[in-house]
Amino acid sequence: MRTRFLLGRVLDLALVLLGVSFIVFSMIRLVPGDAVQIMLGANTEITPERVAELRARVGLDQPLLVQYWDWLSGAARLDFGTSIWTGRPVSAEIAAAMWPTLELTLLATLVGAGLSIPIGAFMARARGSGAEVAVRVGAIAGLTIPSFWLGILSILVVTSAFPGLSVLGYVPFTEDPLGNLQRMVLPVIALSLPMLANLSRLVRSAMLDAMGQDYVRTARAKGASARRVTYVHALRNALIPYVTSVGVAVGYMLGGAIVVEQVFAIPGLGRLVLGAISERNYPLVQATILVMTASFVFVNFAVDLLYAVLDPRVRR
Amino acid sequence: MSAAVATLRRSPLLAVACGIVVFQVAVALLAPWLGFQDPFAQVVANRLKGPNATNLLGTDQLGRDVLARIVWGYRTSLFTCTISVGIALVIGGTIGILSAYLGGWWDRITMRLMDVVFAFPILLLAIGVIAVLGPNAWSAAIAIAVVYTPIFARLLRGPALVICESEYVAGARAVGAGGARIVLSHILPNLVSIVLVQTSLLLSAAILVEASLSFLGLGAQPPTPSLGLMLSEGRNFLRLAPWPGIFAGLAILFLSFGFNLLGDALRDTLDPRLRAAS
Repeated sequence: MRTRFLLGRVLDLALVLLGVSFIVFSMIRLVPGDAVQIMLGANTEITPERVAELRARVGLDQPLLVQYWDWLSGAARLDFGTSIWTGRPVSAEIAAAMWPTLELTLLATLVGAGLSIPIGAFMARARGSGAEVAVRVGAIAGLTIPSFWLGILSILVVTSAFPGLSVLGYVPFTEDPLGNLQRMVLPVIALSLPMLANLSRLVRSAMLDAMGQDYVRTARAKGASARRVTYVHALRNALIPYVTSVGVAVGYMLGGAIVVEQVFAIPGLGRLVLGAISERNYPLVQATILVMTASFVFVNFAVDLLYAVLDPRVRR
Repeated sequence: MSAAVATLRRSPLLAVACGIVVFQVAVALLAPWLGFQDPFAQVVANRLKGPNATNLLGTDQLGRDVLARIVWGYRTSLFTCTISVGIALVIGGTIGILSAYLGGWWDRITMRLMDVVFAFPILLLAIGVIAVLGPNAWSAAIAIAVVYTPIFARLLRGPALVICESEYVAGARAVGAGGARIVLSHILPNLVSIVLVQTSLLLSAAILVEASLSFLGLGAQPPTPSLGLMLSEGRNFLRLAPWPGIFAGLAILFLSFGFNLLGDALRDTLDPRLRAAS
């Protein structure tokens, strides 16, 4: 890969991360009224001493640029200060809540991205048949079914059919692998369905596009089987736009995970940030949003590089 | 008008999609005059009833009529989403078109800024905006507007750029047309079809975002009738009475599905390339 291309991408990455961090940093300063008073008021009695103490602890008594620098250099070392109410380091609270979200997002991405290729390829090959139309309508429905509703319905159905089965909450994989996976099945289905619907539609149109290209005609002409033409020649080229969309879809996954965690009572980052919002714990809200957004940015950076590997034309 | 009718006749899918959307919007708009029950009236003796003759879709945990609350929930959802997507369209569209038209540094800087906003997962950015403003329906509307502004900017910049470099814009310049004239009478009219398609698709997505936010307790607050809120309230009584949750979810699905189908059908009808192919 050309060094210049790589350098350009890294520079882009740094600029975007800097911009993201500035927006997240500004959040607490944009709160209408005095953020410190609101934070205290949501949890305890407001006294001038407490206001002054908290203001100093959050660093809001410093000049703006000093605040930003302190916060940014702390964030770079994964030091987000101590949580205002529990006194634990914010980074520890995030680390504890990160695993369920990571597992949920990863599994859902694997399921959604993995299944979309055969389904999309099927839709492209069987275009116009009754089965294909049914799958297509199903795909639009999959896009517009609210994942939290699907989750709630699946809980209702599964708990009526198997009253003893535990489907809510979370146990770490290391403690109880079977219990962990058993509780993950429904959330993963609920979270991956919109991605599956979206990506299989994309694979379908990319494949149809690719099937009309000259190289596919050449492959056919030299006697390659229909299966080989579909899965080797057309699919490989259709994967190029697909890879970008998987990267974008991870962003939807991270957002969707917040909702799905709430439905299935999974103690992940979504629950953490919602709890933090309701107790007006702004530093924790900021840190969680920054960590989730930064991971999304890194995923897209990796996708950009992968894209360049797949499509040599991009590397220029 | 007759041209519109002819288009609808040619594309049955578009006619169906229009029917679904117009029906839902009309019911929401005309709700006060359609003889629904009072969505706020609590009849405690009638709590959590299944569908019956007086309450067609049953009642919720406070004995309120689920059908009426769904219809009023449509009003909340459509009101919030139309305003926020409208604001995003105007601001984002202006940014995108100006970027394409002006080019140069202005283009580079605004698109970089948009990239930064884009870097946030959509729902997370919306949640961040609400964390700042405090959870209520207006914050949710502002959050959706903030999230969709860069999307519109990016969606419209590309096609606007193509138009700016087209021969008819060069021709207009050559005969001395000013910047405002070029933007208003050459660029804007040519973007109408893409705006229609994308607004419809983004409305469909915004309806889901609004429902998610109110489901999380970050949007409309009780006792406002809201589809997402109905779902989260219904969840607590799911074993006892699944109806409010099931119907509220179906309503969200139906509303979002309608706009998505409309966008899809509009794209097929308006896209000249696809039209030539069929």
